[in-house]
Amino acid sequence: MAQKKVSRTIGEINRKIKSGKVVVVTAEEMTEIVKKKGARKAAREVDVVTTGTFAPMCSSGAFINFGHTKPTIKASKVWLNGVPAYAGVAAVDIYIGATEPAEDDPLNRVHPGQFKYGGGHVIHDLVAGEKVELKATAYGTDCYPNKDVTKKLTLDDLPYAVLLNPRNAYQNYNCAINLSNRTIYTYMGVLKPGMGNANYSTSGQLSPLLNDPYYLTMGLGTRIFLGGAQGYIIGPGTQHNPNARRGRNGVPVSPAGTLMVKGDLKEMDPRWVVGVSILGYGCSLALGLGVPIPILNEEMARFTGVSDEEIFTQIVDYGNDYPTGDVKSLGRVSYAELKSGTIRVNGQKVQSVPLSSYVRALEIANILKGWIENGKFLLTEPVELLPTARSRRKKS
Amino acid sequence: MYSKILSLRFPSDIVNEPIVVNLVKKFDLTFNILKATIYPRKEGFMVLELRGHRKDYQRGLRYLKSLGIKVESIGQDIKRDEELCFQCGACTAVCPTGALYIKRPEMEVIFDRESCSACELCVIVCPARAMEVRFDRTLLA
Ligand code: SF4
Ligand code: SF4
Repeated sequence: MAQKKVSRTIGEINRKIKSGKVVVVTAEEMTEIVKKKGARKAAREVDVVTTGTFAPMCSSGAFINFGHTKPTIKASKVWLNGVPAYAGVAAVDIYIGATEPAEDDPLNRVHPGQFKYGGGHVIHDLVAGEKVELKATAYGTDCYPNKDVTKKLTLDDLPYAVLLNPRNAYQNYNCAINLSNRTIYTYMGVLKPGMGNANYSTSGQLSPLLNDPYYLTMGLGTRIFLGGAQGYIIGPGTQHNPNARRGRNGVPVSPAGTLMVKGDLKEMDPRWVVGVSILGYGCSLALGLGVPIPILNEEMARFTGVSDEEIFTQIVDYGNDYPTGDVKSLGRVSYAELKSGTIRVNGQKVQSVPLSSYVRALEIANILKGWIENGKFLLTEPVELLPTARSRRKKS
Repeated sequence: MYSKILSLRFPSDIVNEPIVVNLVKKFDLTFNILKATIYPRKEGFMVLELRGHRKDYQRGLRYLKSLGIKVESIGQDIKRDEELCFQCGACTAVCPTGALYIKRPEMEVIFDRESCSACELCVIVCPARAMEVRFDRTLLA
């Protein structure tokens, strides 16, 4: 007797959310459910799986309109707390990038530089409600005569402030080691010589894009958890590469898909939007992001049931290979091995070190679960899905 | 970059010398005076944070000692700001004593103060700058 195939729509899920009958589990819980009951049964029982990730995410920044001044100014150079913002947008529109260091930062002149304050810190300070000093200079026009403005302002004073990140939530990322004979300071953290440590940076089985490897539910308009508020996926991020090599379960084994996201800075929470200083590398923003995945069918249950044992990444040498632009995989390692604290590379035991916070990722998945269960968060139907892999397009 | 907090005791005959300025000019160090007092008998006491290359720091230190200044490094203590720490684990790569370690399977990052040797390696490695150097504040009172 063939059982009816599971199939549900986002509309149906939303009706269940409204009536309080929705079943939501975190990606970690889903892994257990699928292991125990199989994908078909899991698909029948679960409506939504929540994911989460919290890690430094470069390629983040905020669009800000700082309001017209009296007399008016068409700002051509702008600094926020001494950090340059891009002002070539409109008179009082600027973009502050997360990795921009303060203008007077010594950078790597004394190596490794500390990068104590940058764009990510400015964004955090704004979200935390702190006063930020804005300085703007201009060449002056008939309509905008002012050439110099300095003022202190808070997020509340800004007419418009939106976090708009060109690339977040990388679907999988390299595990970084250092085969050279000196310590190196990278965006993957401090790497000790001779494979002293192996750093990795995804939340594995909790990571949004690792739970929907072919992006079958995500795209322009997908509502998500972003920085403690509700934000949106607005398309593929820069470097989105759906054609990266994949394992038999469809999960990429190297960096692949990415998200472009946006959300209202004014609704965010400083706990989830944190400026970071990466030794010898630069400033960035650690950001909390979580995507709800609707279990539309058995396949989505199988995808979200993926476990750390089944997600692999490539080991890459950042000492010699990466800087030359020739990335060679030195082998594959699963997230279960990485999370165990030791991996083996060429027969040598190496300490594995996370840069992505699993504790915070899980907290995000649980918050999102709570929002959906309490009817505070409805799922959205994406207007256009993210571009998927060539191999997948042929299949469907 | 190297940084240490020192207490300096000056003999009375050099209290008026521009010693700190020389540290900057001759040894390329930066400083932060945390406390400076001249006692009634005219000897001076200063708590100073010195920053710079390790080599310059050591040369600067020799210079201070050559002037007859008693230099002592202040007992420092490492503390984690639990609000700032976002439990990533990056610090566990550099901690030589295992004071910072990951509790599995929760992946919680634990700071065991008892095993900390105050080497300060984690201080600048922590992206959130959650590891702080603290020193004996009674000296500043
Ligand atoms: S590196 Fe900093 S934020 Fe990360 S776990 Fe260590 S102390 Fe906490
Ligand atoms: S000061 Fe040194 S020993 Fe103490 S926690 Fe930091 S790295 Fe570990």
